[in-house]
Amino acid sequence: MPKIIEIKGFTFHYAGSPRPALTDVNLSIDDGEIAIIAGPSGCGKSTLLRSINGLIPHMYSGTYIGEVYINNLKVSEHTISEIAKHVGYVFQNPENQIFMFSVERDIAFGLENLGLPREEIKKRVDWAIDLLGIREIMHRAPHEISDGQKQRVAIAGVLAMKPKILILDEPTSLLDPLSALDLITTVKHLHDTLKLTVIVVEHRLDLLVSIADRLIVMEDGKIISNNEPREVLKDDRLLTVGVGVPSIVRLRHLLKDACIFKHLPLTPSEFVEQINVAQR
Amino acid sequence: MIEFNSVTYIHPAGVKALDDITVKFGQGELVAIVGANGAGKTTLVKHMNGLLKPTKGTVKVFGYDTTQQTVASLSRRVGVVFQNSDHQLFSDTVEHEVEFGLRNFGFSHEVVKQRVDWALRFFGLNEYATTSPMMLSGGEKKRLCLAAVLAWDPDVLVLDEPTVGQDLLNKEKLEQIIRLLLTQGKTVILVSHDIEFLWPMQPRTIVMSRGKIIADKPASKVFTDDSLLAEARLIKPQLVELAQRLNVGDGEVFDNIYTAKKWILDRFRCA
Ligand SMILES: Nc1ncnc2c1ncn2[C@@H]1O[C@H](COP(=O)(O)OP(=O)(O)OP(=O)(O)O)[C@@H](O)[C@H]1O
Ligand SMILES: Nc1ncnc2c1ncn2[C@@H]1O[C@H](COP(=O)(O)OP(=O)(O)O)[C@@H](O)[C@H]1O
Ligand SMILES: [Mg+2]
Ligand SMILES: [Mg+2]
Repeated sequence: MPKIIEIKGFTFHYAGSPRPALTDVNLSIDDGEIAIIAGPSGCGKSTLLRSINGLIPHMYSGTYIGEVYINNLKVSEHTISEIAKHVGYVFQNPENQIFMFSVERDIAFGLENLGLPREEIKKRVDWAIDLLGIREIMHRAPHEISDGQKQRVAIAGVLAMKPKILILDEPTSLLDPLSALDLITTVKHLHDTLKLTVIVVEHRLDLLVSIADRLIVMEDGKIISNNEPREVLKDDRLLTVGVGVPSIVRLRHLLKDACIFKHLPLTPSEFVEQINVAQR
Repeated sequence: MIEFNSVTYIHPAGVKALDDITVKFGQGELVAIVGANGAGKTTLVKHMNGLLKPTKGTVKVFGYDTTQQTVASLSRRVGVVFQNSDHQLFSDTVEHEVEFGLRNFGFSHEVVKQRVDWALRFFGLNEYATTSPMMLSGGEKKRLCLAAVLAWDPDVLVLDEPTVGQDLLNKEKLEQIIRLLLTQGKTVILVSHDIEFLWPMQPRTIVMSRGKIIADKPASKVFTDDSLLAEARLIKPQLVELAQRLNVGDGEVFDNIYTAKKWILDRFRCA
């Protein structure tokens, strides 16, 4: 498998910050993977994403040691707009992303920058608006919609660009529960049909683990775990790190040796299946 | 202590965000407000400290009509932590952010010092005391907003999406402090999409949809009502789904993983 993202011995220290945000990070992601990044608040998740899309070092100053490559391009040696042709990035705070005078214009903006023909832009804007269920608000200004609606607009704008690498920073944090679930289904579908590589930062793993190939756990600017989600969640020490381990997984750990499960259950239905097997 | 009487609110752009809302919040209550994006939750809570005034109807806070009060005087008793932290933070350093409210409300120099110290420690922000709030991560900003409001000790605490950006340990801490405030007779109102966070606290749950309140009942009744969940774009907490799949008797719920564990060990001979 070709590596679409390669990070080697990477340390980043924001100017003026008391300590480095990332320390000696090594990570490679295969083309077509869906990876989740989890870890406590402030551990460096957003910083890692900013390093992949070039905001670091091009927009944030600080001490930069090591190398970050996407699609074999060295991020520090290419402009943000060049990198943006490969990487679509949904910000943690949607307000940092949407700024045009209407929702519809905002979604079109990124596409215009890609230099797509008008017809194609219209088609994609329409597609993204329906995908995120925001037709009702498409003529409103970004300050005239709720925070969850802003998050949908930000996501729609990035998905419309159909980037080869899709990076989402806590994309469900402001969405209502059913919309969060819909988004995850949508991302999985786009991944399967467009062969995207997807990296998602999330605290709430309950909805997401079932579609991910990989779970990367960070703590204090370092990667402390990096494997198939079920393998990573097997380790009950994760509970003390502050990762959003789903209730079902926590329940399984609580039962310790009192029940034997063949696999680690990730969902209520897996739990019930397994406990029935154990009983028989 | 907070009373909405036939409140309608129409945004300047002409959007009707609240549609004839009548509801009361009493002392010592824990109330969750849930519902789809755009349902009107934030608009509702912005009426609680007078930041928004009703287009029609009245909002009374501790008996006072909010149209007759300043936001500052209402905020002393009703502390609101907003959904978007960037709209709340404006000081040059983290510690000044927490100090600001305290000084404004006239606390003594000694008390200000103590409270700032406590709040920053509690929310794990002490190492950032002299850095700019703008340099914090998203979750850290949220905790700073919580710290700033908790520090002045309002009687009613209104938290709009407090768990955004928070990891499990910080959510547990937040739950602890909410429970502590309730034992002190404070009122806590939570707006949240994070049903896994809300569920173990079993709050009175207000469900909003298109500017109206479509249900107001205990969490155990809301999160087991399939048609209500669908209408409000909610899903079941994992433990509710588990209880249903295990055919746990009517009326019984697993409110946390410990009650679930007990039930399973009583019922199943595993291994
Ligand atoms: N400043 C504004 N001007 C016009 N309409 C607005 C404004 N702010 C919100 N709205 C609209 O008012 C309605 C209620 O918005 P509100 O922010 O109260 O929703 P919410 O329930 O808090 O949603 P979310 O879960 O996304 O935070 C929505 O239709 C929204 O688009
Ligand atoms: N713009 C910035 N300037 C200085 N320090 C920052 C900046 N953004 C984040 N940090 C710091 O870097 C660390 C990691 O932050 P971040 O990557 O945003 O964390 P996460 O996304 O995991 O919550 C935190 O200690 C945070 O305070
Ligand atoms: Mg972040
Ligand atoms: Mg809101």
